[in-house]
Amino acid sequence: MQRYFISKLGQSVLLLFGVLLLVFVMVRITGDPAALMMPREASPEDVEAFREAMGFNRPLPLQFVDFLSGAIVGDFGNSLHFKTPAMPMVLARLPATVQLAGVGLLMAIVVGIPLGLVGGFTPGSLVDSVGRGLALLGQSIPNFWLALIMILFFAVRLGWFPSFGRDYWNSVIMPAFVLGLPTMGQIVRLTRSAVLEIRGEDFIRTANSKGLEPGTIYTKHVLRNVAIPLVSVIGVQFGYMLGGSIYIETIFAWPGIGQLLEQSIGWRDFPLVQAIAIFTSLVVLAINLFTDVAYAVIDPRIRYDT
Amino acid sequence: MTTILQVENLVTRFYTLDGVVYAVNGVSFNLQKGETLAIVGESGSGKSVTMMSILGLIPIPPGKIESGEAGLLLDDPPRDLLRLSPPELRRVRGGRIGFVFQDPISSLNPVLTIGEQITESLTKHLGLSREKAKAQTIKLLGYVGISDPELRYKNYPHQFSGGMRQRVMIAIAIACSPEIVIADEPTTALDVTIQAQIVELFQRLQKEMGMAIIWITHDLGVVAGIADRVLVMYGGRVAEVALVDDLYELPQHPYTVGLLGALPRLDATDTKRLVSIQGTPPDLLVPLNHCPFAKRCEYAFERCRAEIPALRPVGAGHRVACFYDLQKGKPRHD
Ligand SMILES: Nc1ncnc2c1ncn2[C@@H]1O[C@H](COP(=O)(O)OP(=O)(O)OP(=O)(O)O)[C@@H](O)[C@H]1O
Ligand SMILES: [Mg+2]
Repeated sequence: MQRYFISKLGQSVLLLFGVLLLVFVMVRITGDPAALMMPREASPEDVEAFREAMGFNRPLPLQFVDFLSGAIVGDFGNSLHFKTPAMPMVLARLPATVQLAGVGLLMAIVVGIPLGLVGGFTPGSLVDSVGRGLALLGQSIPNFWLALIMILFFAVRLGWFPSFGRDYWNSVIMPAFVLGLPTMGQIVRLTRSAVLEIRGEDFIRTANSKGLEPGTIYTKHVLRNVAIPLVSVIGVQFGYMLGGSIYIETIFAWPGIGQLLEQSIGWRDFPLVQAIAIFTSLVVLAINLFTDVAYAVIDPRIRYDT
Repeated sequence: MTTILQVENLVTRFYTLDGVVYAVNGVSFNLQKGETLAIVGESGSGKSVTMMSILGLIPIPPGKIESGEAGLLLDDPPRDLLRLSPPELRRVRGGRIGFVFQDPISSLNPVLTIGEQITESLTKHLGLSREKAKAQTIKLLGYVGISDPELRYKNYPHQFSGGMRQRVMIAIAIACSPEIVIADEPTTALDVTIQAQIVELFQRLQKEMGMAIIWITHDLGVVAGIADRVLVMYGGRVAEVALVDDLYELPQHPYTVGLLGALPRLDATDTKRLVSIQGTPPDLLVPLNHCPFAKRCEYAFERCRAEIPALRPVGAGHRVACFYDLQKGKPRHD
């Protein structure tokens, strides 16, 4: 277990270093980072002054060391647009994004797991058909289209939910639903197929041969095994939802990190984009690490690597 | 001798997309108190389905038990396993009849400790408290030959070798001191040296606990060493049943003769010359109205291709389903 955890932690640190290197190189690979970051109408003198100020004329290794030591203390320079440090701005947007992804994931879990379980235990039933339909829709409807349709219908026509912003308690419902729908579909499908598969395993026959009650067999012997693939998918999906809500935050004007990213790209605010990219990677890596730990807690084959 | 289990005319079919699989077509046999009954036959002859039908362990659907009886004769009044309510049947499974399956790797739940997988049977059938069940489980683990049972109690299946896992399976099967243990090819998945250990373990347990064992196997070599009686199955039917010595000395069914001929002999100098029975096993997707072995049988005559032979007595406790008298070298008269 300890060795497993340490190796996973090591992998995460390595990956994080890779992300930092990638971001550092990306900005410089296109040639002159100063030209990239300055407005198109800036005079050559301005660009030169900017290059000097940012240290882009120094040797690359030196720049990288500076970049790294900044990164370690969370300093990614000042936002060009706001002229204030970039990282605190990202952090300020974090609660909104976490709320959106969290509510979306919760919806996906609360709807998806029961539907998948019932579907797996009673394949072909009405609930199973509903679940499979939802899984298909969830994974095939483009989310930006769904978002617009929902705004038109539930916000404009029916007036049940605000169409944008984060000002009311129910503002989060529509964007979270749109964000969570593909995950919901995936959870339904995965839960269903896992239940079907586990029910056919030899050890379930053994449990039956011991005369155990069906309820005991489902909860003790089936569900624990179903939880193993579920945990990893939920972890991956949560990371994806935290990092991938740009469209949805933009369409619903949700003041989260995704919206900030969209805006900062428009402003050509490279330090801010960098800070967002690195921060999002960090969050995803942390979630993956947490998932790996949860995985080991459930699955003894990983916990005790004999 | 006391008969403890009497199976009559068991018929089990599977309704699959390819058609109806006629897996078990009227199997009858009995089991005596404390004996070892070996069930042999080629792959697909219906050995497992017969035993699993008796305990309601076949998947329904696609499976269906069409007819038959499986009487637990010691009960007063005798009860038919095929007609028990689900809760009654669950009390029999694991409590009165234990099951050991072929593959000890896939037959244990990977996410539960082996201790847990044994205690749950004890708490269910014997109503033991958790501590009592735990103490009993540790005793059982030691009893089936697992060293350090206190430590092993907390281990998971993947921390055991194949042979040790099969010992765990056996501990599960005997946990509640059943009258019958059904072992479905319990050694097939194991190394040869481990196989012998498992056979020995079964023999010791039987001597000490006195249960009857139904031992399903392909391997007539093992049978000679452990069985009191042998039931030979072919095409979902009983071909022959006899005391083990009678069967080896005077096999009465051409298929049994073939099986014994296919047995690698320890005294044979040339072990490569294994005789195997010509032809293929019957297609279970078509219902038969004649002897299932007729196509492969060198003694078959018209009647074999027109009628299904019933089991008939040919000696003390020896019964065979064949129209041809191998001893006299001519068809039998009814
Ligand atoms: N769940 C199932 N669905 C469809 N057919 C089945 C099912 N289980 C068993 N059968 C069929 O029933 C027949 C008898 O199978 P069974 O498992 O009893 O054979 P067996 O004698 O135990 O063979 P083996 O020695 O290979 O274990 C086979 O033709 C098999 O294909
Ligand atoms: Mg079998």
